[in-house]
Amino acid sequence: MGTLATLYQDLILDHNRAPRNYREIDNANRKAEGHNPLCGDRLTVWLQMKGDLIEDAAFQGSGCAISRASASLMTVAVKGKRKVEAEDLFEQFRRLVTGTLPSDRVPSLGKLAAFAGVVEYPVRVKCASLPWHTLRAALDRPETVASTE
Amino acid sequence: MRGGIVAEPVVGGADLNLTARQPFDVDRVRQDFPILQEQIHGQPLVYLDNAATAQKPQAVIEAVLRFYSRENANVHRGVHYLSGQASNAFDAVRVKVAQFINARAPHEVIFTRGTTDAINLVAQSYGKRFFRAGDEVLITGMEHHSNIVPWQLVCEQTGAVLRAAPLTETGGLDLEQFSRLLNDRTRFVALVHLSNALGIINPVREITRWARERNIPVLIDAAQSVPHLPVDVQDLGCDFLAFSGHKLYGPTGIGVLYGREALLDLMPPYQGGGGMIETVTIERSTWAPLPAKFEAGTPMIAQAMGLGAAIDYVNAVGRGSIAGWEQELLQYATHLLSDIAGCRIIGTAPDKAGVLSFVLDGVHPHDIGTILDAEGIAIRAGHHCAQPVMRHFGVAATARASFALYNTKAEVDALAGALKNVSRMFA
Repeated sequence: MGTLATLYQDLILDHNRAPRNYREIDNANRKAEGHNPLCGDRLTVWLQMKGDLIEDAAFQGSGCAISRASASLMTVAVKGKRKVEAEDLFEQFRRLVTGTLPSDRVPSLGKLAAFAGVVEYPVRVKCASLPWHTLRAALDRPETVASTE
Repeated sequence: MRGGIVAEPVVGGADLNLTARQPFDVDRVRQDFPILQEQIHGQPLVYLDNAATAQKPQAVIEAVLRFYSRENANVHRGVHYLSGQASNAFDAVRVKVAQFINARAPHEVIFTRGTTDAINLVAQSYGKRFFRAGDEVLITGMEHHSNIVPWQLVCEQTGAVLRAAPLTETGGLDLEQFSRLLNDRTRFVALVHLSNALGIINPVREITRWARERNIPVLIDAAQSVPHLPVDVQDLGCDFLAFSGHKLYGPTGIGVLYGREALLDLMPPYQGGGGMIETVTIERSTWAPLPAKFEAGTPMIAQAMGLGAAIDYVNAVGRGSIAGWEQELLQYATHLLSDIAGCRIIGTAPDKAGVLSFVLDGVHPHDIGTILDAEGIAIRAGHHCAQPVMRHFGVAATARASFALYNTKAEVDALAGALKNVSRMFA
């Protein structure tokens, strides 16, 4: 049960139970849908961009605790960031959940570091990264569908 | 066979006695399955994903090993000793399968890669030849994707239209709607015998009777029913029936298409190649008689040896005994899970076997799957390749425990205990 507790940390369980920014953004100028065809999980990410700045980020959808908490913590993390900063964060996050981020770099991820336990569960990496793929799709193009495949 | 199970007599290939004559000796059965000794994450394996694939008894493993170690040769080609022996053994498995499902003749048994391959064979051979624009193919809302997509493909090719009979609130087939959808345009009926997502048994005998009155061929997807229930193609009255070896304790890579001879004779080959021809010139070829017409290329010989051993094993334990024990497990599990707060069983129609699908309030099935895995319990979480069923119940996914003859009530207790832990963790 040791590694299970590192996967389902209190922070993740809390964001699953009460996800932040779980809403639509009226008049959002960016929107993307994410879909994991293997498990049927779907989510929508809305962004309010001002130039390169992410003024607001929100999501809705159905998914497991890992994907819900990841989407919730992601919207918190990217709000107020520039596009390039958000993309860099995704890259750090991707390396975190695939076990390729040097340990001295982990603290810079802040609360997102809670997903370090995903490394032990390769089949769940897609759950954690689906929201980020969807975010990137929203950042790149106004209306798109992202997929983990 | 290890374990020394006393063989029950099998009459006409179907043992319809559903009550075990004596208490089912599950401990003895478990000794026949080496994988059940494995530890997963330091815990004894509790394997409840049998609807995905079943574990293999030692007799099946040994049959495959023996073939490759001592008997390997291609069939129906060589004049040498081993080829003759392999051909005889391969043909004997076909006879065994025919007896197992009570086909009228061994050549009504076509070996395929599995259930999916068998359904595709019928869709692409029978369907493509006989469906016309405006014809209807009737399936149900309970089908596995493998009994939906092959029909979509052939409908696209022929202009036929795919119709699906809806389900009732409890997940059973809506028979009134089904009979209404069966009309003068219906050219084919394909439906599942035992739903992989819900465990619900369809009244296929009644449906084949309705279809026969209208002269409509019926294909039964028996992937889940063959391992759990006695299946007799003549009693069911179907024209085609498909199942997989690996869910019946046999190897992957082999399955069976049963087809009524009169229909198989009308159908063009599915694939061309060696073994399925009579004569070949560059201009044209003529087809070999059944079953070779539908078995192009070198068949799955070692897998057939394994399938033969699996059928022997199931016959020795007794299909009635297996069905009885699994029914006991299903009822016990249904009872325990119904008592867990927030646990909802998906698919509650009365006639069920082998499969228990459920959701837990506030917990996604994938999280259930991961947490149970940490305790060595293997279940399936997801849409079970039956997305229309999930949509019917308004869920994205379910957790599914599916039983086999080697599962125990202690394992069901472990499942229920672990689910209570999951509920606590997410409360």
